[in-house]
Amino acid sequence: MNSSGVLKSSSSELDLDRPNIEDYLPSGAAIQQEPRGKLRLHDLLDISPTLSEAAGAIVDDSFTRCFKSNPPEPWNWNIYLFPLWCFGVFARYLIIFPTRVLVLTIGWIIFLSSFIPVHFLLKGHDKLRRSIERSLVEMICSFFVASWTGVVRYHGPRPSRRPKQVFVANHTSMIDFIVLEQMTAFAVIMQKHPGWVGLLQSTILESVGCIWFNRSEAKDREIVARKLREHVQGADNNPLLIFPEGTCVNNHYTVMFKKGAFELGCTVCPVAIKYNKIFVDAFWNSRKQSFTKHLLQLMTSWAVVCDVWYLEPQNLKPGETPIEFAERVRDIISTRAGLKMVPWDGYLKYSRPSPKHRERNIGS
Amino acid sequence: MGNTSSMLTQYDIEEVQQHCKHAFTQQEIASLYQRFCHLDRNNCGFIPSDEFLSIPEFAVNPLSQSLLRMLDGFNFKEFIAFLSAFSPRSTLQHKIEFIFKVYDTDCNGKVSFDDMLTVLRDLTGQYMSEHQRKEVLAQVLEEAGYTKDSFLVLSDFMKILGNSDLKMEAEVPVD
Repeated sequence: MNSSGVLKSSSSELDLDRPNIEDYLPSGAAIQQEPRGKLRLHDLLDISPTLSEAAGAIVDDSFTRCFKSNPPEPWNWNIYLFPLWCFGVFARYLIIFPTRVLVLTIGWIIFLSSFIPVHFLLKGHDKLRRSIERSLVEMICSFFVASWTGVVRYHGPRPSRRPKQVFVANHTSMIDFIVLEQMTAFAVIMQKHPGWVGLLQSTILESVGCIWFNRSEAKDREIVARKLREHVQGADNNPLLIFPEGTCVNNHYTVMFKKGAFELGCTVCPVAIKYNKIFVDAFWNSRKQSFTKHLLQLMTSWAVVCDVWYLEPQNLKPGETPIEFAERVRDIISTRAGLKMVPWDGYLKYSRPSPKHRERNIGS
Repeated sequence: MGNTSSMLTQYDIEEVQQHCKHAFTQQEIASLYQRFCHLDRNNCGFIPSDEFLSIPEFAVNPLSQSLLRMLDGFNFKEFIAFLSAFSPRSTLQHKIEFIFKVYDTDCNGKVSFDDMLTVLRDLTGQYMSEHQRKEVLAQVLEEAGYTKDSFLVLSDFMKILGNSDLKMEAEVPVD
């Protein structure tokens, strides 16, 4: 028997106890071609296992599932529910939404009128300036969270400011950052965005110490790795928050963590975030909507409910590679937040796997 | 049916079911239609073969190039007919026909030595040299009673693969 095909049942989760994480395919072997004893024509021509895998991928694949936003079932379909729903729409759009916009505007006014003076007047007193700016950023984030009626429950010990530590969290939407920032002012590493978000990034977030990257630049990785290392060494810098998935995932799955955060030689503190979809789905499907639309959707729903768990800090175990460390932390986060792990690189959302990955699958 | 732009009526489902000779249940067809609409991003009624490459699991499959050749510009009926070979309800003959079509690159009803070599090359990649592949293939063909120059037709495939337990299935998620 020289071919072992594994049928990919699309309703089962993928087997994850593989030591080699760089492989892009889970189980499934191609036909082994070393002639052991009698190789018959029948064995050679039987390509059914490989074909089954291909068909399984066509029918349903685990990567697409990570980014599917499942729309909620409509519930307003009968004679008394529909008027209730209409009343709800009226309340949300015409009463609650304007109130929220007002609250947010007030928050911005307070923030800008304090931030700008402090930023310029206290130029000489760095420590004081930074600590005031930090509190102001925390405050504006609280205003943001209030503007979606965010119900956030924090579990676990609050992060302490210590050198040589990074925080990693799973990523669902840009609001992850705001939800975490309102509790502790983190420095964050983000993709540079266009538009008003980019403006915010370059002015205000600069004050908490943010690092930018550009997914499309190939050389970027080394530059970013260097910036990360520099930041973590500095005792005065805010604790660094990294989203190692590199992209927004729909809060039911986690994709593979990039190892950049795990080879800095510091303690890694995992943070797990789980949103409750009861009123609105917080997953930002960046292909389907712009961030502005997403934010408006959040502001016109009843509430955003989520849980945040600060988990036990982890260190690189002796003999563990950064990739294994990353997978171990991903496992901790996924277990806590009830997410399923999937062995795909999030960046495949933006690019195709190269032919060399097909080569690696052969003979495995 | 979720958020697809055009809905399948009962008539449509039955017609498709007839077309694939009842290889799929009506629920499976509805589920596959959702998948088809998801892959048909531009809503043009067919899937460009490029779209399949955006599925990482498919793109890393060794036979993806051969299958892409077969998959080009599929409308929904052809999509279902293609996948019907992978239904547990399809016959062994249907599955063998499918395998034959994968080998028969120029669709002339005959599989030559070169055709088989191409598929073997896709599957083994750098793990075997071209010389080794030719040797193994020639040797195995001879043992089975063929020569390097013989062309295999569908009936030969039926004979070779017919009395085996061919497992070629893909499960359609039905929610």
